[in-house]
Amino acid sequence: MSHWIAACAVDDIEQEDVARFDHEGRTFAIYRSPDDAFFATDGVCTHEKVHLADGLVMDHIIECPKHNGRFDYRTGKAQGAPVCVSLKTYTVKVEGDRVWINLD
Amino acid sequence: MIDDVMDRDYSLEGPCGKQAAAKGLVSAQWFACTVDRKQMKQLMQRDDWQGLKYLGSWLLLLIGSGTLAYFSWGSVWAVPAFLLYGLFYSMSDHTSHELSHGTPFKSGWLNTFFSQLSAFMALHEPVYWRWSHARHHTDTIIVGNDREIAFPRPIRLLGLFADFFFLKSGTIELLRIIRHAFGSVSQATRSFVPASEIDRMIRVSRLYTLIFAGTVAWCFVIGSILPALFIVLPHFYGAPLTQVFNITQHAGLAEDVLDHRENTRTVQLNQLLAFLYMNMNYHVEHHMFPMVPFYNLPRLHALIKDQCPPAHAGLSDAYREIIPTLWRQRKDTRFYAKRQLPAPVAVSPVTGASQQQQRGYA
Repeated sequence: MSHWIAACAVDDIEQEDVARFDHEGRTFAIYRSPDDAFFATDGVCTHEKVHLADGLVMDHIIECPKHNGRFDYRTGKAQGAPVCVSLKTYTVKVEGDRVWINLD
Repeated sequence: MIDDVMDRDYSLEGPCGKQAAAKGLVSAQWFACTVDRKQMKQLMQRDDWQGLKYLGSWLLLLIGSGTLAYFSWGSVWAVPAFLLYGLFYSMSDHTSHELSHGTPFKSGWLNTFFSQLSAFMALHEPVYWRWSHARHHTDTIIVGNDREIAFPRPIRLLGLFADFFFLKSGTIELLRIIRHAFGSVSQATRSFVPASEIDRMIRVSRLYTLIFAGTVAWCFVIGSILPALFIVLPHFYGAPLTQVFNITQHAGLAEDVLDHRENTRTVQLNQLLAFLYMNMNYHVEHHMFPMVPFYNLPRLHALIKDQCPPAHAGLSDAYREIIPTLWRQRKDTRFYAKRQLPAPVAVSPVTGASQQQQRGYA
């Protein structure tokens, strides 16, 4: 069963950037790609307890702000040391001026 | 702080590491200066041209001084020529460090090319070093957790002086690479290199060991030490300035604190020295925000300097603090150089400038 949550306004995230969204004790990262698509992953790096929303988006890569580990935020796949474990991804939709994330 | 440990055990399996974990000092949240997200995003941007300007210049200096050294071989001019070549070669210690963060270039292939080259020159087997250095950034100078504490207390002066020619650290690096090449990996190494990376570390160590062996064989075949003077040995005979720089990073400062302003040192250098050190004199800034490429560290420093202790005004100023501190630490392991922290910056309700701290940016 879908569990859609309104995460933020579309304008809260610039192109090629990331924002943090907290919900019921969980943290998510929501990305806006250079081609204006939205994506969402777990918000904390799988290597250490660091918020990915403080990192750098380059094309379709999010780089962790602490150890420069990289993930493809479209698939969550780890791109090399020092991250080995991939991120969980979530379905995202845009309705009106809001970005919604499916937490299931 | 841990203040009840007289005899510090810096090993990764000793009691200090467990004690630090019990006190919440391991994988902890660190203090970070306040920087507006838009400004930070600009500072984090990578630029191929900036990276190429530096690393291309370095490569040209290396090739130029190497050519001079080659053609001066057999004359008295070989001594200064090789010393110059060794000086540039030893800069690989800084270039491989920065490239291991993946920050100098926007293009991945440029980063990979220079990273592979400089890692070998620096004797930083890249798999081991990447994970070791990640731990260093996670638990900077947390006793029993950070493998890269270069100046444990009480200070060992012999080792410190030996490293002016990379003799202690270089020997350790060489022996560990050879050990890994034979498939022998210590428990301490396994504590920070994931099991999935061990085979790759062994493969790279074997390649490095083959190159070492090939260099030695080449020397024997031609009856000259010349090949070794061009690869591997330059990092030893060219190391003095690198050691002068590296000592400034953390020596004599606080252990077991969660604030890089207290355990890391920023030193103002002139343009030539900053070039030779790849701007790593902005070491507080580098540790606090490792996403910022080296060429943007001066701008970052300007942004946060009011939130940091005053930077040292040159190497002599830094060593006026370091030398007496290390001397005293020979016998007094509790003593350290205490930095004066500025008052906390007020939260700006307009810019939300403290947001990073609220987010746990570190």
